[in-house]
Amino acid sequence: MYSQALNTKDTAAADASPDADRFQARIDAEERIEPNDWMPEAYRRTLIRQISQHAHSEVVGMLPEGNWITRAPSLRRKAALLAKVQDEGGHGLYLYSAAETLGVSREELTDQLLSGRAKYSSIFNYPTLSWADIGTIGWLVDGAAIMNQIPLCRCSFGPYARAMIRVCREESFHQRQGYEIMLTLCRGTPEQKAMAQDALNRWWWPCLMMFGPPDTESAHSDTSMRWKIKRFTNDALRQKFVDATVPQGQFLGLTFPDPELRLDEASGHWQFGTIDWDEFRRVLAGNGPCNRDRLTARQKAHAEGAWVRDAALAHAAKQQRKAA
Amino acid sequence: MATTSITIDETPRIRSFLALADDALILGHRTSEWTGHAPTLEEELALANIALDLIGQARALYQATGYAEDALAYLRDPPQFRNALIAELPNGDFAFTIARLFLVSAASDLFWRGAMGATDPDLAAIAAKAEKETAYHVRHAAEWLIRLGDGTDESHRRAQEALDTLWPYTGEITASVDREAWLAVVAPILARATLAQPAESWMQAGGREGRHTEYLGHLLAEMQILPRSYPGAAW
Repeated sequence: MYSQALNTKDTAAADASPDADRFQARIDAEERIEPNDWMPEAYRRTLIRQISQHAHSEVVGMLPEGNWITRAPSLRRKAALLAKVQDEGGHGLYLYSAAETLGVSREELTDQLLSGRAKYSSIFNYPTLSWADIGTIGWLVDGAAIMNQIPLCRCSFGPYARAMIRVCREESFHQRQGYEIMLTLCRGTPEQKAMAQDALNRWWWPCLMMFGPPDTESAHSDTSMRWKIKRFTNDALRQKFVDATVPQGQFLGLTFPDPELRLDEASGHWQFGTIDWDEFRRVLAGNGPCNRDRLTARQKAHAEGAWVRDAALAHAAKQQRKAA
Repeated sequence: MATTSITIDETPRIRSFLALADDALILGHRTSEWTGHAPTLEEELALANIALDLIGQARALYQATGYAEDALAYLRDPPQFRNALIAELPNGDFAFTIARLFLVSAASDLFWRGAMGATDPDLAAIAAKAEKETAYHVRHAAEWLIRLGDGTDESHRRAQEALDTLWPYTGEITASVDREAWLAVVAPILARATLAQPAESWMQAGGREGRHTEYLGHLLAEMQILPRSYPGAAW
């Protein structure tokens, strides 16, 4: 579903070797870097971290929406939601594969997630409390994800860029589906409209946080920009999202939970109030409404699946012995 | 006045469609409960696929009754459901889920194969699509059952337990097919899985008449909550 703008911890590996120069020249020429090509270690590490965080986000992201599959209010909605959550699992799968091309195994990455060492998008640490949350996630969370991910279709690392093309195509379908749920609710009964408004109130600010810390605090994105892993700053993408989304919310007849939101006629941009970055940091550090639940659910699925995976390996080994 | 219940004129045709549709919906619902919790990511995708097929089959069958699909799914009470009891049993562990999927799909596949030549054009059309899907469900579940039965001591024990628990519920699902033909599909897979085929004895029944297990009420309470809580609302 989603990649969170990252605060890259690695400082630029300012390799002054001829390899590094050639590498940067290829990037500058908009060439794609492929798995077997030479690349700076820091580039590899940055990508492994970003792609695996993205993959983890897809897998953890199955949980909040999965929470409503059994309660979807019509069979059409049930099938659409199930298919959407399945798509997210699929995204996780090919993102893990893209990360594996960089020389790391899926098992290793899964361990990092389950032990709490790896991050996933903080947005999934918020609960889905009503059916309108399913509409809102599609509309806003997937909408924000698309803003983040469309530039990644031109990411310098080939396997990631190619995966993103397919992911973005599916995400924009999910986004339209989510908006259509919201439209139905907003044109429905007063209770349904209230449900939609409540969901927007809860999700709006966390969605703005999805683009990551403000540029003033995101000192490391320079390296990612130079490597063309990242093409726009966090704030630029956030503004783009707000500009695209506010008119959509107005069309629904909903009110954004921001008294400072107003259109700046001169620039044509929607100006918005101050994001609560303390909340962002708190949730990122593990203290959000569902951090513990989400990680526990993944750990439980993994632990309870251990005997199944062991059985599959044992059977395969027996088959091999028979064939030998 | 918003509708909160539905009265159905259960002709024999409608009754048989409801039995098939309810089997698919309820088993689809159970299968969908695995989403986010499966033993591997690949299996997440496979189980979601199977659940989607089953829900799709249920929708086509409901639509063919002439009643609104959502009214049938969301506004009937447990005694109006015609599914076999085996479909509504809780998922249990992965072995139970797989063993049930195998036993049920093996019967469904036989049924759909026969129904492809049905004189009822709706049934024949649904069967043509459902048979392809169900054949895959049989294959997928059989492959897993073999892995589990022939895997480790623990997986073997779990698979055998599942099979023993499920066997008395298989009478209902083979009532509309030839049980011998069903056994001919099931037995070789059990043999390859090194699982003992339970003895043919007393069988549970009642689902087709609306006499269900304790589990269906809970399942429907969850599934139906929104349309029941907001009568008449469109979603």
